[in-house]
Amino acid sequence: MPGLGTSFGRGGATTSLQDLQNADCILIEGSNMAEAHPVGFQWVMEAKRRGATIIHVDPRFTRTSAVSDLHVPIRAGSDIAFLGGLVNQVLSNDLDFREYVVAYTNAANIIDADYQGPDDLDGLFSGFDPETGQYDPISWRYEPPEEMNEEERQRDRELREEADAAGTGQDAKRSHQAARSESHGSGGAPVNWKGLRDETLQHPRCVFQILKRHFARYTPEMVEEVCGIRPEQLHQVAEALTSNSGRERTTAFAYAVGWTHHSTGAQMIRTASILQLLLGNIGRPGGGILALRGHASIQGSTDIPTLFNILPGYLPMPLADHHQSLDEWVRADEGKAGFWGNIRSYAVSLLKSYWGDAATPENDFCFDYLPRLTGDHSTYSTVKGQIEGKVKGYFLVGENPAVGSANGKMQRLGLANLDWLVVRDLQMIESADFWKNGPEIETGELVTEDIGTEVFFMPAANHVEKAGSFTQTQRMLQWRDQAVQPPDDCQSELEFYVDLGNRIREKLAGSTDEMDRPLLDLAWDYPVDEHGEPDAEAVLREINGTGPDGAPLSSYTELKADGSTSCGCWIYCGVFADGVNQARRRKPHWEQDQVASEWGWVWPANRRILYNRASAAPDGTPWSERKRYVWWDAEQGRWTGSDVPDFVVDRAPDHVPADGAKGPDAIGGQDPFVMQTDGKGWLFAPVGVADGPLPAHYEPPESPVHNPVYAQQNNPGRKQLSTPSNPINPSFSDVFPYVFTTYRLTEHHTTGAMSRTLPYLTELQPEPFCEVSPRLAAERGLEHGEWVTIVTARTAIEARVLVTERLRSLRLGEQWVEQVGLPYHWGVNGISKGDSPNDLVNVTMDPNVSIQDKVGTCDIRPGRRPRGPELTAYVEDYRRRAGVDLDNPTDGGTDT
Amino acid sequence: MEQFLGWPLVRQVLGRDKLGRGAAAMSQRSRTLEPRTVQADRVVDSVCPFCAVGCAQKVFVKDEKVVQIEGSAASPISRGRLCPKGSASKQLVTSSSRVTKVRYRRPHGTEWEDLDRETALDMIADRVIATRKQFWQWEDEEGRRTRRTLGIASLGGAALDNEENYLMKKLYTAMGAIQIENQARI
Repeated sequence: MPGLGTSFGRGGATTSLQDLQNADCILIEGSNMAEAHPVGFQWVMEAKRRGATIIHVDPRFTRTSAVSDLHVPIRAGSDIAFLGGLVNQVLSNDLDFREYVVAYTNAANIIDADYQGPDDLDGLFSGFDPETGQYDPISWRYEPPEEMNEEERQRDRELREEADAAGTGQDAKRSHQAARSESHGSGGAPVNWKGLRDETLQHPRCVFQILKRHFARYTPEMVEEVCGIRPEQLHQVAEALTSNSGRERTTAFAYAVGWTHHSTGAQMIRTASILQLLLGNIGRPGGGILALRGHASIQGSTDIPTLFNILPGYLPMPLADHHQSLDEWVRADEGKAGFWGNIRSYAVSLLKSYWGDAATPENDFCFDYLPRLTGDHSTYSTVKGQIEGKVKGYFLVGENPAVGSANGKMQRLGLANLDWLVVRDLQMIESADFWKNGPEIETGELVTEDIGTEVFFMPAANHVEKAGSFTQTQRMLQWRDQAVQPPDDCQSELEFYVDLGNRIREKLAGSTDEMDRPLLDLAWDYPVDEHGEPDAEAVLREINGTGPDGAPLSSYTELKADGSTSCGCWIYCGVFADGVNQARRRKPHWEQDQVASEWGWVWPANRRILYNRASAAPDGTPWSERKRYVWWDAEQGRWTGSDVPDFVVDRAPDHVPADGAKGPDAIGGQDPFVMQTDGKGWLFAPVGVADGPLPAHYEPPESPVHNPVYAQQNNPGRKQLSTPSNPINPSFSDVFPYVFTTYRLTEHHTTGAMSRTLPYLTELQPEPFCEVSPRLAAERGLEHGEWVTIVTARTAIEARVLVTERLRSLRLGEQWVEQVGLPYHWGVNGISKGDSPNDLVNVTMDPNVSIQDKVGTCDIRPGRRPRGPELTAYVEDYRRRAGVDLDNPTDGGTDT
Repeated sequence: MEQFLGWPLVRQVLGRDKLGRGAAAMSQRSRTLEPRTVQADRVVDSVCPFCAVGCAQKVFVKDEKVVQIEGSAASPISRGRLCPKGSASKQLVTSSSRVTKVRYRRPHGTEWEDLDRETALDMIADRVIATRKQFWQWEDEEGRRTRRTLGIASLGGAALDNEENYLMKKLYTAMGAIQIENQARI
């Protein structure tokens, strides 16, 4: 998400599934879309029917590859090198969409003279602190203006002070650890000035020239050595992309967790963003970057987060060392150009919806009731805390980490060390009965009677037994009506949490302890019906927000910082416009145009394609008749078109903001990225990305390959979780010579609780398997259809093996690389049972988002794995031979 | 004789439906068969709960039971289609292995036990209050105000409704719990 957020200003998909049909070329990478999003894939097929070129870049030849015009096999985890190779092709052959690039991106911005890149510093960017493993980004900034105004001087002072503090490692460390960059889900990182621009793009320190130099080493030969992709294939892809971009044509990108699940995941998405900006494909029909999310409301659970580092609408959780008052909390962003500059209105309105009448101007609107962060509190750190006895109560709400999270054993060891655990689910999942069915019970590493965890399994209502909204992959909220009542003890989360809140508040009523004030003052009055179910629409109304008269607001531009408005999630403001549940709109598509604006509701402001100001040329006219979408109507003095303009609707294309203009007033007529503090798409991220202003290829933490691009082997900013239950395979090890990666199947869903329990789906996909190439099968003596054992330093699992040319043996220069593919859906419960591939995965995380790397190294051998305690001994033997030390479980400093 | 002439094979040979895929294969029973959807008391609009494409579903209810779930043709995203998972969602909502009663495992217990839901909810509230207090922290080790508890964590949300995530984050934040996470991280 910060990949998109820092590039464009919002972390959501920039376009819709249906709009893919308007593309002239579609590049799918990091996703097996036909398999994992089959119904969405119909729009790729529509595009193909209309003549579009479909390209699939993936380690495996899959259902998606089978219907693509071109399949490009790639080594798992090497995507930055491939995409960087494409950027290099575009730049060194002058194939960028120059008019778009000059006007709408920061290509012309001049970067500080202190900036140095990985070409200068052996794979590092300037500002790296080896002690903390983190960057101080001050040298990445836009060159300060020669004559600063008072405000700019003030900002500059602050930045320097922060940099000095960062020199001690403290502040920067905290900020980065708190996954700060993720708060750019709807509001870009703040720059302190719009910066000097050289629109001839000739200045040696302008972004365009820096970009050219940075990507120059990503030659076709380098791409082949890193990715195993032949130069002619790279040229084919470059030709397809560039010939299908420009005024008349557009190219769309689609990705999924094949990009996000890496220790360099955010930068993979950044590379794609750079490429799409250079080609002029953002904000235009048939263009954009479509993030394919994998859960019904995973976009929604980020927008209205159950995430540690953000509050609804991507407002950052306050940090103890920076934010001890409302002013301090909003200061970095307030008043900056664009709509994010109104952050105070969004923040105050949220506090009003949380604490209602108790939130007043005098008490900072109860700002002090917000708990503060002091570092990384993400799920893997939490699990480490559980193992260390620091976290004792745990709610699992429709999530099954014993199967679904990386390093399942670590998860189960954490679960076994709790005081109490509440599991809310439909089926008896592996995370609920780990104390009697877990793999560690079989090996004897855990003993049921010794596990003190008290477990409450609270049965959940399913999707037809409650009303509510999901936000799907293109940021669209769709309402579900309730069909039937839940059976027996089953309850919705809405009912459970309203009830829990009520009980806690009743039990604490009368308390004079200051720590209980936030609970007792909470606006928590949710009426329930005769079945005990709260009214979900009333909650959606609260999320939408209300004005002083209590009536629903229709746009976040109406929000005020004086406490007269309340709003539970500012980017969702408008979903209840006119008192109507807009997410419940279901006007059939045959009664609407292709944009179908009256089906559901899309944040923000029902805009279907983001940044659509860029679908018009700088002068406001469509780039071409063929790609007409949103344009300036000079007569009416308004932006108009097929979609809600993602712009100030009456701001003329030639508008130049007054000096000192703030917030939305500072958006120029040619600044389509209205959430960015400079209005431009970021080819170079002067701030906001933890591991560098530009993407650079680093190897996964476990790799058989020495990084051919830089001397720096791994992402220097990666987060490691050093604990004996998370040992890492040494890179280049003969003991673990193969690469593995995990993926989904159409017939199963994530950890299988919703699919391995169903007879239909189990019949279609009855047991776990892995895929290997014929060359690897011959090397290890694996027979098609027989059992094999796959081993990492974490554990060993077994599966049937599919020997297939769908997995290609890749040649990287002199080295052959073999990959093992593993669908990850299995666990020990359900109708179809099996070992969990996620038990093999290590936890090493992207520094921006704390998401793990799903690529690792392994061994694979014929036959089933040992049973019971013999399994532990078997894995221990591997660790010993590979030189893995459990007492010092880092990734061994493979940086060379 | 009349009965003999009524046999499907004879009707296929003697009649016009030589391939036996139409009239010849029909019987009185099959002629009067109706889809479950016709007999439904009501049809409710919903959305598929699996991946994030968000295919529209129609849920057919008879006698307060779900009898069928189909794709809704009106959706501009899915146009009536469902994948194998979405097509199996009636089995998801009527699954015989679904757990519908509260299950309780006491510390060091070896089996699940029954527990009244009211009691369970009350016990959970007590545990939240106790753990919250036990791990309460006004300040970090450097004396900065934190106003939080590190004893309680939560995981999950990507499968839930926006309204549910909203209330969860609101309540947890008021509790001072910060280790609130979901699948988006995983």
